[in-house]
Amino acid sequence: MSQATPVTQVDTGSMPLSRAQLLGAGCVLGLLLLPLWANNYVLSIGTLILFLALAGQAWNVMMGFAGLLSLGHALYIGLGAYTSAALYTHYEIGPWLGVWLAALLCALAGVAIGALAFRFSISGVQFSLLTIAFAEFTRIGFDHIEWLGGPAGLFLKVQQREHIDLLNLRGPPAMFYYVALALCGGTFALCRALLRGRAGYYWQAIRENEDAARALGIPTLRWKLLAVAISAALTGVAGVFFAFYYNSLFPEQVFHISRSIEIILAPVIGGIGSLVGPVLGAALLTLLADLSTELLNALGSEIPGVKQVLYGCVLLVVVWYLPHGVWPALSRALGLGREHKG
Amino acid sequence: MLLEIENVGKSFKGIRAVSGASFDVEEHAIVAMIGPNGAGKTTIFNLVAGVYAPDQGEIRFRGKRISGLKPEQVCAAGIGRTFQIVKPFAGLSVLDNVIVGALHRERNVVAARKRALSILEQLGMAHKAQQPAAALTLPERKRLEVARALATRPELLLLDEVMAGLRPTEVDGMVGLFEALNRNEGTTILLIEHVMRAVMALSRRIVVLHHGEIIARGEPAQVVKDPAVLSCYLGTEAVGGDEVQA
Repeated sequence: MSQATPVTQVDTGSMPLSRAQLLGAGCVLGLLLLPLWANNYVLSIGTLILFLALAGQAWNVMMGFAGLLSLGHALYIGLGAYTSAALYTHYEIGPWLGVWLAALLCALAGVAIGALAFRFSISGVQFSLLTIAFAEFTRIGFDHIEWLGGPAGLFLKVQQREHIDLLNLRGPPAMFYYVALALCGGTFALCRALLRGRAGYYWQAIRENEDAARALGIPTLRWKLLAVAISAALTGVAGVFFAFYYNSLFPEQVFHISRSIEIILAPVIGGIGSLVGPVLGAALLTLLADLSTELLNALGSEIPGVKQVLYGCVLLVVVWYLPHGVWPALSRALGLGREHKG
Repeated sequence: MLLEIENVGKSFKGIRAVSGASFDVEEHAIVAMIGPNGAGKTTIFNLVAGVYAPDQGEIRFRGKRISGLKPEQVCAAGIGRTFQIVKPFAGLSVLDNVIVGALHRERNVVAARKRALSILEQLGMAHKAQQPAAALTLPERKRLEVARALATRPELLLLDEVMAGLRPTEVDGMVGLFEALNRNEGTTILLIEHVMRAVMALSRRIVVLHHGEIIARGEPAQVVKDPAVLSCYLGTEAVGGDEVQA
């Protein structure tokens, strides 16, 4: 055990204050203070970043940690959003109670899909297709549920925009910003604890080689289902936020595959499997979309689709040069070591 | 008897990989399985380890039937195995690879890390602890397989060609390691090996397979002189039994 010395460096908790911790603290402080100077427009950008970071972090539990590629995470956004919205509009049950039910429902849906897939040894691309299928037929199904508004949509009462009603999540943009920040921070902390504990080791083992993981005594079916359940539940929480932030839900929009893709982009660009990746990716993508809009406005461009082409090209360049995402390269450049890679 | 393999058979798409094989491994023993490629050695390992269920026969561990159990249940019963075609967790560090195995018996990550480090030290790999497993050479990967399996604290260790590609001095080192493990911790070892130097030094009993059937068994010195073994596997000049790498 004389060899223990080089190993402790992975354990950042035992170090006084590393560069990574200082940087992290600076970012958190900056995010906390943002509403002091930011206008509503900047706050809406910040809130969108945090929402995407939250959903991306949740998706990352399945793909980044356990190696299960879901291309249908819009399903859990939608289930979470509709559950809490229906409870609120029909029974006046507030979001803080509704969120538990929404998360539970999403976890159960995830486990059902996972159990079905893993029971019949559906993995890889077929598993991903299955996740799309479930999201798609749920979307079509919700179009026919009149109680939830069907294709005409479900709307939450918008009122008291200036007065903060935290209990019912009604209030000004700064309130939503802080709620999103809290959810994002909580999810980050949870994922960090999971990644560094038994679950993280087991999930990564399953991701790297399931046969070897089983030979080491890991009941992989159970641990994969746990990854799906946690990922789905956290995405459901993001869905609840979505419902109360945007106040209008349409199956065509909430469950749409483009939303699933949107969730995936942030961790892919930021760095799959890392904790910072989804957050960084969400920030980069949102700012990129926003800046390209501004840039094209400034240039007086009127050609439709130019923004999307520009956006796509930048994504292409990032994926081409940084196939593991921006964060692994950035953390190396900043000399933060591999502690955040997981 | 620790491990009992009784009249076990397994076919793949009509091709019999193992037919009616029976042998026992007693507690604290070191038994080697040898035979030409395709003789069914790894299939027997996979049957014991729960990768496949046998078509016929039964496998018992400490008197309890284990054939038909899943790999993770076999591991929990106390059987650790290495893979002939190595399966490292390539994206993880060497240390993390072993921690995954150690978590099977340890309560938390801190205890598992401590145990993993001592195993790496035992195997002379402590200096590689922080390297990604993907950066290891093939012999090192084989040793990592051993480290991971040992980390689960097995009573019976199944070693599938872990000496392949090692230099003779390294083979002697590994032989010393397994002897010490067997002597000090009482770990029973069943190994598949082509490196006869290791087989002769390590095993007290040898089982010889050919075309899925056991054609000879007994003490090493006897087995290597058996005419049937010489003709199908070792070759007639190998009576010295020293450096054959069939």
